[in-house]
Amino acid sequence: MNNTLNETGHQGALRLLLSAGCHSIPHALRKSAMVAAWFAFLTFPILVIKVNTIENTVAWRWENMLAIAVATFFGSYVWRWLLARKEIKRDEAKRESVAERLLTKVQSHPILKLAGLAAIAIPAVLYPQVFDLYQTNIMVSCLVFIVLGLGLNIVVGLAGLLDLGYVAFYAVGAYAYALCNLHWGIGFWTMLPLGAALGTIMGVILGFPVLRLRGDYLAIVTLGFGEIIRLVLENWGDVTKGPSGISNIARPEFFGMKLTIAQSTMYMYYIMLGLLVLTIFCVSRLQHSRIGRAWLALREDEIACQAMGIDKVKTKLLAFALGATWAGMAGVVFAARTTFINPASFTFWESAMILSIVVIGGMGSIRGVIAGAIILILVPEYLREFSEFRMLLFGAIMVMVMVFRPQGLISAKRKIYTYKGTSEAGSGQ
Amino acid sequence: MSNPVLNVKAVDKDFGGIRALDDVDLVVHQKEIVALIGPNGAGKTTFFNCITGIYAPTSGDVLVDPKATGDPVRVNGKKPNKVTELGMARTFQNIRLFPSMTALENVMIGTHCRTKSAVFGAITRCKATRNEEQAVIDRSYELLKLVGLDQYVNETSANMPYGKQRRLEIARALATDPFLLLLDEPAAGMNPQETHDLEKLIVDLRDRFDIAIMLIEHDMKMVMSMSDRIYVLDYGRMIADGTPREVAENPAVIKAYLGESDDD
Repeated sequence: MNNTLNETGHQGALRLLLSAGCHSIPHALRKSAMVAAWFAFLTFPILVIKVNTIENTVAWRWENMLAIAVATFFGSYVWRWLLARKEIKRDEAKRESVAERLLTKVQSHPILKLAGLAAIAIPAVLYPQVFDLYQTNIMVSCLVFIVLGLGLNIVVGLAGLLDLGYVAFYAVGAYAYALCNLHWGIGFWTMLPLGAALGTIMGVILGFPVLRLRGDYLAIVTLGFGEIIRLVLENWGDVTKGPSGISNIARPEFFGMKLTIAQSTMYMYYIMLGLLVLTIFCVSRLQHSRIGRAWLALREDEIACQAMGIDKVKTKLLAFALGATWAGMAGVVFAARTTFINPASFTFWESAMILSIVVIGGMGSIRGVIAGAIILILVPEYLREFSEFRMLLFGAIMVMVMVFRPQGLISAKRKIYTYKGTSEAGSGQ
Repeated sequence: MSNPVLNVKAVDKDFGGIRALDDVDLVVHQKEIVALIGPNGAGKTTFFNCITGIYAPTSGDVLVDPKATGDPVRVNGKKPNKVTELGMARTFQNIRLFPSMTALENVMIGTHCRTKSAVFGAITRCKATRNEEQAVIDRSYELLKLVGLDQYVNETSANMPYGKQRRLEIARALATDPFLLLLDEPAAGMNPQETHDLEKLIVDLRDRFDIAIMLIEHDMKMVMSMSDRIYVLDYGRMIADGTPREVAENPAVIKAYLGESDDD
C-alpha cells in the first residue's frame, strides 16, 4: 500500500482518494455501496416515513433516502482518505505540527514573544469595549471554563489522575460564596481566597480515600464524590435551600460603587481575565518545577516513581488540592456572575465538559487547554443558529478531534533545559 | 572487616501458600560488587522488592547502615521512597523509565528526594529555588555524560535505543545519591559489546562514587569477572555464597543450574 501512497502527482493523490484503505477500486466501490446501504437503512424510519396523525396518512419521502445514500457514498471515500492520510502522516504527527513549531519559534525569540503577547493581550483587554453585552457574557463563561480546565489539567493532564467529579469543587466554591453572602454578607473579594482555600481543603478530603486507586477505579470514586456533593446540595434544604437554589447573590463591588448590569459584566470580564492570567502563571510555573516533574513521573509509572524517592501520598494529595483550588475560585466567580445558583449547575455534564476541554485541548498543555475551552464553549454558542443540529455538530467535532488528533489539539511540549554543557553538546551533534 | 552497609537476616516472604524467599541471609560491605544469581523464578527480583520496600518481608530483618558506623536502621515495611531516601536505589528488570519525559528529566526525577523546593518556591521562583533547579540540571547532565548519554539529553526516553535506556535507568538511580546501587539484570537484552561496556561502567561507578553495587544477572561471564562475591538463590533459598571461584566449583550450584543426573 505504501507504494501507492508515496506516488507523487495528481494521479497518485486521485488513486489514493479512490482506493484508500482498500486493495482495489472495485473493492472501494463495494465498501462505499455497503456504507450507503447501511446508512439508508438506519435513517429510513426517521427520514423516509412521515406519519401524519391528523389526516391519518403516511408520506414516503424516498428522495431523502437517495440523498443520504449519495452523501454517505461519497462521504465514506473522504473518511477513508482522511484515515489513510493520517496513517501516512503518523510519523509527522508525532513531531510538532507547523502551528506548534511557529509557536515555539515565537516563544524562544524575546521580541517576537513580546509582540505575540501584545497581539493576544490587546484584543483581550479591548474585547468588552468592542463587543456587546451578550458576547462579553459568553466570553466570561469561556474564561471560567479555561480556568477550570487549567485546574483539572493539573490533576488529569499532569498527575494522570482521572477525576470525573471535578465539578464538586466548583460547587463548593459557588455555594460557599452564596451562603456566606446570604447569611453574613461577606463580599466577593473576601470570599475569593476563602473559596480557593475551601477548594484546597475539599481536594485533600477527596484525595485521602482515593490514594490507593488508579485509572478506572479512581474515575468511578470521583464520579461518586461529584454526585454526593450534588445530592447533598439538592436535599439538605435547610442549609442549601435545595433545588430552588440561592438567589440575589451580590455581584462584586467596585470601590463601593453601584454598577449597572452592563458595567458589572464588563467588570466581571476583567476580574476573570486577571484570574486567568494568575492561573496560567501559577500552573506554568508549577508544571516546570520539581513538583511538576514529580506529577509527570507519577503519571508515567507509579512504582518507578516511588522507587526514585518520590512520596506518592504527598504528590497525589498536592495534585488534588492544587487542582481543586482553581475550581473553588472559579465557583466563587460563577456565583457572583450569575447571582443565582442551584444544584442543576453542577451536574456530571459540567465535569464531563471540563474533562473534554482537557482531553481535546491536549493533556498537560496549557495552550491546548485554552484552545480546547475556546472551541468547546464558544462553538455551541455560535452554533445556536443551527439550533437543531447544534449538539450533533458538537459531538461530531469531538469525534473528529479524537480520531485525527488523539494527542489533543496542541500537545504538551517537553521543556528544553539549559545546562553547563549546552554549547558543547550542540556542536557535538 | 568493617560493618556491612546492607545486612539481611533470615528474611522470609510468603505469597499466600508459596514461600518465595526462605530464610535468606545476605550482607553487602562498602565498595563491594555483589552479584545475586540463580535460575529463573528463584526469587531474585522478589528479594530486591523486599529490600527496597515494594514488598514487606513476612519475617526477618533488613538492616541498612549507609555510613557503615555499626548503627543500622531497620527498613522492613518502610515505603519505597523512604528506602530510596536512606540511600538504596534500584533499576528494574523490565525497564521502568518515564517514557514521555526526556532523558535529562528522567535523571532529574532521581534528585527529587535530595531537593526541597515546594509549591511556594515553584510559583515565586525565588533565588533558592532557581539555584537548586540549576544545580539539579547540571548534576543530571553530568550523570548523563558519565553513563555516555550526553547526545540524548533532550530525547524522550521512549525514543532511545534499548541499551541506552538501561544506562539511563542507572543514571537515574545514581541521581538519588545512593550508598548501594541495586541493578536488576542490567545486561538483559544487550549484545556482547554492550555488555562489556556496561561492565566497565559499573566498575567505574563503584570506584568513582565509592558505592556498593549489588546486581542480579544471568550473564555468567560478566558476573564471574566483575563481582567480589556471589550469592546463589534457588527456590527461595540461599544455596551458596563466596568468591566467583568458590561458587563456580560449588556442587550445589552446579546442581541447581544443570540439574542432577540420574545415575548418582
